Amino acid sequence: MADYLSLFVKSALVENLALSFFLGMCTFLAVSKKIETAIGLGAAVVVVQGITVPLNSLIVTYLLGEGALAWAGLQNVDLSFLGLVTYIAVIAAMVQILEMTLDKYFPALYNALGIFLPLITVNCAILGATLFMVERSYTFGESVVYGVGSGFGWALAIIALAGIREKLKYSDVPDGLQGLGITFIITGLMSLAFMGFSGIEF
Amino acid sequence: MSTLRRFLDRMQPLFSKGGRLEKYGALYEMFDTLIYSPADVTRSAPHVRDGIDLKRVMIYVVFASMPAVLVGIYNIGYQANFAMETLGVATADGWRPWLLIKLGIGFNPESISACFWHGFLYFLPIYIVTLVVGGFWEILFAVVRNHEVNEGFLVTSWLFVATLPATIPLWQVALGISFGIVIGKEVFGGTGKNFLNPALVGRAFLFFAYPAEISGEAIWVAVDGYSGATPLALAAGGGVQALAEAGISWSDAFIGTIQGSLGEVSALACLLGAVFLVYTGIASYRIMLGVVIGLSVTVYLLSLLNGDVGAVYQTPWYWHLVLGGVAFGLVFMATDPVSASMTNTGKWIYGVLIGFVTALIRVVNPAYTEGVMIAILFGNVFAPLIDYFVIQANIRRRRRRFAQSD
Repeated sequence: MADYLSLFVKSALVENLALSFFLGMCTFLAVSKKIETAIGLGAAVVVVQGITVPLNSLIVTYLLGEGALAWAGLQNVDLSFLGLVTYIAVIAAMVQILEMTLDKYFPALYNALGIFLPLITVNCAILGATLFMVERSYTFGESVVYGVGSGFGWALAIIALAGIREKLKYSDVPDGLQGLGITFIITGLMSLAFMGFSGIEF
Repeated sequence: MSTLRRFLDRMQPLFSKGGRLEKYGALYEMFDTLIYSPADVTRSAPHVRDGIDLKRVMIYVVFASMPAVLVGIYNIGYQANFAMETLGVATADGWRPWLLIKLGIGFNPESISACFWHGFLYFLPIYIVTLVVGGFWEILFAVVRNHEVNEGFLVTSWLFVATLPATIPLWQVALGISFGIVIGKEVFGGTGKNFLNPALVGRAFLFFAYPAEISGEAIWVAVDGYSGATPLALAAGGGVQALAEAGISWSDAFIGTIQGSLGEVSALACLLGAVFLVYTGIASYRIMLGVVIGLSVTVYLLSLLNGDVGAVYQTPWYWHLVLGGVAFGLVFMATDPVSASMTNTGKWIYGVLIGFVTALIRVVNPAYTEGVMIAILFGNVFAPLIDYFVIQANIRRRRRRFAQSD
C-alpha cells in the first residue's frame, strides 16, 4: 500500500509529465486559457491514462513481451517490435469511446473541448506514460496507480496554468511576448516551483 | 518650499508630455516621488480618503524587515569574528579586514559594533550590486515601455538581499536580481502584474543554477577555511540531538545567533516585523497563521511515522519554526499581496499549502534541507486557482440562498 502511495506521489508531483518531462505541451499550451475547459480536459486525460496504461500493461505482459505468449505454447516468440503501433491503436480506440460517451452524456464539455479531444490520441503525455510503464516494467497494479497518478499530475499542472493565465489577463505583457511566448515563460517558472519535489523518496 | 522642490518644478515641463526629455519622464517621476509625496489628486468619484498608497505600503514592508536584516548583518559579523577567534587567526586577507583594522574596529566577537561593521561590509556590496543592476533593468523597462518606476523594486531588492548568504559572489547577485526583475516581473508588465514573487524567482534561479555557492556547508561563515552546516542541515542529519551537540539552543535560533542567510536568522525580529505589518493592515495574518498551522501539523503528523525513518522526522514543530527561512518567508514573502491569494478563505488555504509543502520538502526530501522558498513559489502557482474555487463556492452558496428565498 505504501509503495502505491509513494508511486502516486512520484508520478503526480516528482515526475510531473508536463512540468518535468514537458510532455503533452501542445494541448497543455493550447487548452489552458479557461479554467473550466482545463478541468474538463484534465479529467479526460486522467480517465484515458487510467485505462490505457493498465490495458497496455496487460497487452505487454500477455501478448507482446519476450516469451509473453508462453500461455499459447509459443515460448520463443517476441513481438515487442509491434509495441508502438499497438499502444497507439489502444489509445486511439479508447479516445474514440470516450469521445462518444462525452458527446452523449456531457455535450457542453464535448463542445468546449472541441478538436482537442481527438487530439488526446496524439498527446505525447499519454503515449509517454505507457512507454515509461513498459520501460520500468511496472506490474499491473503499479500501472493502474501510475496511469492515474501521472494523469492527475498533468491535470493539476494544466489547471494551475489556466488559473495563472486567467489572472494574467490583467497584466501588461510586451507585444512580442503575448500569447504563446508568455505561456512558455509561465510554464518554465512553474516547473521551477515544482523542482522542490525532485529527489523525494519514500 | 525648498530649493530642491523649486528646481524639480522648474524641470517638470521638460519631462512632461511634449517636453524635450519626455522619454525620461519615468526617471524624473521616480526621483520626485522618492523625495516628495506625489501631487496627484483624484478629481472624479469615487474618493477614498486614505493616506495609504502603493508607495507607503512598500516603504512599510522595508521598515518591517529592517530589524531582521539588522540582526542578520550583526550575526554575519559575529559568526565571522567568532570563527576567527576559534581558529586563532588575528586577521585575514582582502579589503574588509584591511578596512576594519585601518578604522580600528578589529574583530572582537564580544563587541556588538565590531560584529555589526564586519557584517555590514559584507552586506553593503551585495546591496549596492542589487540596487544598481536591478535598478538598471527597472529603469530600462520603465523608459522603453513608458510606465513608472515603482517602489516595488525597493522591496524586491531589499528582500532579495536578505535571502542570500554573505559570501555569495557579486556576479551571481547581479545575475539573480536580473532574472528576478526581468523574467519574474517585467515581462508581465511590472509591479502588480506578476504571478510569482520576483525576489524569490531570482533566489530560486541562483539556487538551482549555482547550488555550490548558495547551499552547503562552507558558505555561511565569511571566513576562509571554516565550514559549518546550518542548524537546519544539522537537524536534517541528526535531529534535535545534533543541534544540542553543536551547542545550539532554541533561544539561540529564536534570537538569531545561528548560521544562515543575511536576513533569515532571527525569528524574533521577523515576529516584530509581522506585528508591525499586521497592525498596519499590510500583510494578512491569515496567511501567516496558515503557514504556521500547515507546517506544524504536517511536521507533527510526519513525526508519528514509525519505522526506519531519519532523525529529521523527530524534529519537533517549534524547532522548524525558528530554523532556516520559515519565519522570514512567511512574514515577508508569502504575504506579498500580488502573488498571494486574494480571498479571505483562499488566504487560509494558501498559507496551509505553503506550510504543508515546506514541511514535506524539509522532512521527506533528502535532496534539499530548506523548502520555504520553493514552497512559497509553489503556493504562488496555485494561488489564482485557490481564489477561483473559493469564488465558485461562494457563487454556488449564494445561488442556493437565493433559490430558497424565492
